Amino acid sequence: MSDNNQKMKTPAMPRGGGPGGHAPLVTEKAKNFKGTLKRLIKDIGFQKYAVIFAVILTLGSTVFAIVGPKMLGNATTEIFAGMMGGMGINFSKILSILATVSILYLISAVMNYGQQLLMADVSQKIVYKMRTDVKAKLDRLPLKFFDRHSHGDILSRVTNDIDTISGTLQQSLTQIISAVATIIGVAVMMFSISWLMALITLLILPIAGVITQFVVKRSQKYFKSQQKELGLLNGHVEEMFGGHTVIQAYGKEKDAVETFDEVNERLYQVGWKAQFMGGIMMPLMNMVNNFAYVLVCVIGGVMAINGRISIGDVQAFIQYSRSFSQPIAQVAQIASVLQSTVAAAERVYEVMDEEEEAITAKDGVSLKEVKGGVVFDHISFGYNKDVTVIKQLKLDVKPGQVVAIVGPTGAGKTTLVNLLMRFYDVDSGQILLDGTNTLDVPRNDLRKNFGMVLQDTWLFNGSIRDNIAYGREGATEDDVVKAAQMAHADRFIRRLPQGYDTILNEEATNISQGQKQLLTIARALLADPKILILDEATSSVDTRTEAYIQQGMIALMEGRTNFVIAHRLSTIRNADTILVMNDGEVVEQGNHQQLMAKNGFYADLYNAQFLGEDLQEQGA
Amino acid sequence: MTKLFKFLKPYTRWIILVLALTMVQAFSQLYLPDLMSEIVDKGVVGGDINFIIQTGLIMLAFSVVVSVATIIARLYGAKTGVAFARDLRRRIFVKVEGFSLHDFDQVGTSSLITRTTNDVTQVQNVMVMILTMMIFAPMMLIGGLIMALKTDIALSWIILVAAAVLGVVIGVVAGRGLPLFKSIQKKIDKVNLVLRESLTGIRVIRAFNKEKFEEARFEEANADLTGTSIKVFRIMSFMFPALMLIMNMTTVAIVWFGAHRIDSGAIQVGDMMAFQQYVMQIMFSIMMATMMFVMIPRASASAERILSVLNIENEVLEPKKPLEAKGSCGCVTFNNVSFSYKGAEKPVLKNISFEAKPGEITAIIGSTGSGKTSLVNLIPRFYDVSEGEVLVDGVDVREQGKEALRAKVGLVPQKISLFSGSIKENLQYGKSDATDAEVLSALKTAQASEFIDTLEDGINARVEQGGANFSGGQKQRLSIARALVRKPEIYIFDDSFSALDFKTDAKLRSALRKEIDHATVLIVAQRVSTVMNADRILVLDQGEIAGIGTHKELMKTCDVYKEIVASQLSEEELGDE
Repeated sequence: MSDNNQKMKTPAMPRGGGPGGHAPLVTEKAKNFKGTLKRLIKDIGFQKYAVIFAVILTLGSTVFAIVGPKMLGNATTEIFAGMMGGMGINFSKILSILATVSILYLISAVMNYGQQLLMADVSQKIVYKMRTDVKAKLDRLPLKFFDRHSHGDILSRVTNDIDTISGTLQQSLTQIISAVATIIGVAVMMFSISWLMALITLLILPIAGVITQFVVKRSQKYFKSQQKELGLLNGHVEEMFGGHTVIQAYGKEKDAVETFDEVNERLYQVGWKAQFMGGIMMPLMNMVNNFAYVLVCVIGGVMAINGRISIGDVQAFIQYSRSFSQPIAQVAQIASVLQSTVAAAERVYEVMDEEEEAITAKDGVSLKEVKGGVVFDHISFGYNKDVTVIKQLKLDVKPGQVVAIVGPTGAGKTTLVNLLMRFYDVDSGQILLDGTNTLDVPRNDLRKNFGMVLQDTWLFNGSIRDNIAYGREGATEDDVVKAAQMAHADRFIRRLPQGYDTILNEEATNISQGQKQLLTIARALLADPKILILDEATSSVDTRTEAYIQQGMIALMEGRTNFVIAHRLSTIRNADTILVMNDGEVVEQGNHQQLMAKNGFYADLYNAQFLGEDLQEQGA
Repeated sequence: MTKLFKFLKPYTRWIILVLALTMVQAFSQLYLPDLMSEIVDKGVVGGDINFIIQTGLIMLAFSVVVSVATIIARLYGAKTGVAFARDLRRRIFVKVEGFSLHDFDQVGTSSLITRTTNDVTQVQNVMVMILTMMIFAPMMLIGGLIMALKTDIALSWIILVAAAVLGVVIGVVAGRGLPLFKSIQKKIDKVNLVLRESLTGIRVIRAFNKEKFEEARFEEANADLTGTSIKVFRIMSFMFPALMLIMNMTTVAIVWFGAHRIDSGAIQVGDMMAFQQYVMQIMFSIMMATMMFVMIPRASASAERILSVLNIENEVLEPKKPLEAKGSCGCVTFNNVSFSYKGAEKPVLKNISFEAKPGEITAIIGSTGSGKTSLVNLIPRFYDVSEGEVLVDGVDVREQGKEALRAKVGLVPQKISLFSGSIKENLQYGKSDATDAEVLSALKTAQASEFIDTLEDGINARVEQGGANFSGGQKQRLSIARALVRKPEIYIFDDSFSALDFKTDAKLRSALRKEIDHATVLIVAQRVSTVMNADRILVLDQGEIAGIGTHKELMKTCDVYKEIVASQLSEEELGDE
């Protein structure tokens, strides 16, 4: 729903056997039910002994509890006989019956407790392993996967879907076993008392089943509608609130409310029906229960008169018929519970089955003293098979040179970054680092030689110190401070109440955008790479910080080979080579003078900055 | 939570109906064991089959009554609960639509969305539960107690003991379990956080070879969550078996003590059987009630959040007797304007005075936080000044009706907002009856024709939510076209050209100059190249005017301006000019 499925649902309190159980509201269908189920069972296999033991405990607990009502009935019969017979009640016999019953109930409770403990452990361990496995798998997947799937979707699979599976394991599994056992056990007990009454009572079963199915189907329909309307409402609210400025500016508040009312009303109409249908199960089952109750009382009463059944048995029968409806409802819901769980498992397996990043350098060549010379040797690349974005690029970068990458927004400047870092691999040609084909170097080793400072300043939820030290293992406090000083970040860090220990909160909103950028520069400085990839874009930063960032970037660029996504004219003009990109392709290449002389795309771009106004005067 | 009950007033009749029906339901249900005991004590003992059958029929009748009463009660309970939610939602929405930008910032857009949707749903669910089950449980409890006492007072002591033990068990388990639940939620959030970070920062992580580090972080959070979860569920596992045991042992006790009571002739067998059922009902009601009490705190939190939104006072109010502007020249005057956010220490704007006339381009430049956007937001009265006055067409904006005032302004805000619908519909926001020709003309001026023409449906092409199917530059151009369609007297462009490349930016400004040369134009910008040719440039530094003048004048007189220019252009470029 609206929270982007990024929060896990609060875990439900385990109510093993409590009203309703764990049935979901809207059932999702799995694509390959059998296959996924088999696989799921296999994955649970490492806990199979615990599960089997828990099942045995469940069965035991159910069996011990089932006998209870019959025995209590015997006590009642004793009392009744004592009363009717006029000889007084045989208390010692009653005592022994009650003592036996008590022990049985106690054993049943202990077994039940044991089973719950066990399943709690088991399901958590399974979930733990699943989360670990999925995370490990994600680590092996190529960047392509992450660029193609929304973060929310991936997150949902690791959290929500695994949570669904855990809930089912913890509750539903044993619930179903106990429900089935109860139904069978109760039926057996009832038949042992009186097959006639049992038969009549059991006729209630199919009726209960039909009612359950009917209700479930109808409520499904309404729940689906409700979800849909909620989604629409959500979307509308998001849009209206997100675009509040525009709505106010253009006086569209009334219109917004009108549209809202429409959706809200529809939601109401479908919502109350959904709530109603959702809550109707209990009263209906209760009605069935009551009818059975009446039948048992009447028929049992008549049979008792004729001596064909004892009073105690009637009492027992009443209790048994009462305890039928809940297990039936639980079994009826098993289908939808299973469906949801398998559907969830399927989504998790989709991730597990993704193609992993190709390891092209098994016995990798290790790079020695890297100087920083990069050669692009006729490389071609495309994100899709049909669209080549880089065609036969040839470029020779000597150590310490600056390559400026320019072009309009969306021109594809990050493609080169992706290729250099081997986030994606070239389709043909090779990229050489100091003469070695980068495909032959294991990715980890290769990346040690690169540093990245991007426009998107990623920092994690840790201290400022940890964030800066991210760049180098075993960095000392001195190293960190020196890097911060070089990046002009030290001053503002010391002004913060906790200084270097300040924990950056989620989304790092406790420091400004400009300060974040300074930290990423410090991080890169500390890493001290031979080759730097730098995105000069700085948006929404005040002049002073802008100046610091510039100085920091200049300091960063010294003594390294630099690939700069350039926004500053000075950088562009002084670069050794300029790669001009448009629509994802490299359209021109050369230094400033050469490109101006060509009078092509680059020249246009450059001139437009200043001569735009003059165009108007000339043209008009 | 209870504070929200006042919104239930329109449904009082329904609620009374629900209460009445629930009472009928409870008492009818409780009457059944009574009838059963009659069957035993009179029918069976007396060997009277007819009596049994008659009583059976009465029981059947009451069962039907129970079911009918329950179903109707549930119906109205559901209707009331959901209607209540619908009304609440509407209240919040209408309230928010009247919010000033500051109010929005205080709560946060995503929080507002959550409050309108999720929080209302939480409250709704609890409300429906209250109306259906929570009324029922206490009634059954009280009714059951009455029936039990009616049957045999002495035996009823068992209920007290059983209830006490029940209370202790629930109390202990819940007392230890519930705080752990809170901590589980936090740990879930932590796992989510680590995961989300590793997704958003995947390039950085892999670039810095920090995969192992991230793995360790995740492992820690995962293990922590698992450990606490196991602890909680172990505690909670105790609850259900314990409760079942208490119920069962209570039954045993009833039989034992019941036997003695029967022996002394105080009650009969049927009474004892009925008693058992009453006690079951009572215990069950207690359990139901406690389980529901768990849900209420969660809804309370939601209720708090909803109320805090509803209690926000609107700052920018309509004037009681709106004045009409003197003409429609589009003249904007700031007289000694100062502005601070409510409760803020430092003012955002200090002593701003200037005039913007039609046919002129007034540019506003300054670093982030210098107050540029706040300044222009005062013109359509998104905020009210703290000191001084803002005049539009000679009349203070606070005296003018909001709708009339805003009709004079075409705003292109910094954050682009497009809505789901067609391009034409989006542009019609500016003018609701704009014709196709007007729309196309505006698009042409905004340099958007080149991509509109490539779309199959042209101006009827669909815009997805938030304009997601268009690039940043395209969205900006559409946003500008929207303002153009309106043909207002005053244009405000708040950093509206930033996503455009230099070439398009220049062409656009040329076209605009031609089209709207009669209007008052205010441009807020970061790029010096955008403002260089304005008729008047306002340089803002920390909320105050550091300089007003043309580019050439400011280059001579204003240090702040020189600084800004220097950071964007190199000396040679300046020399060329």
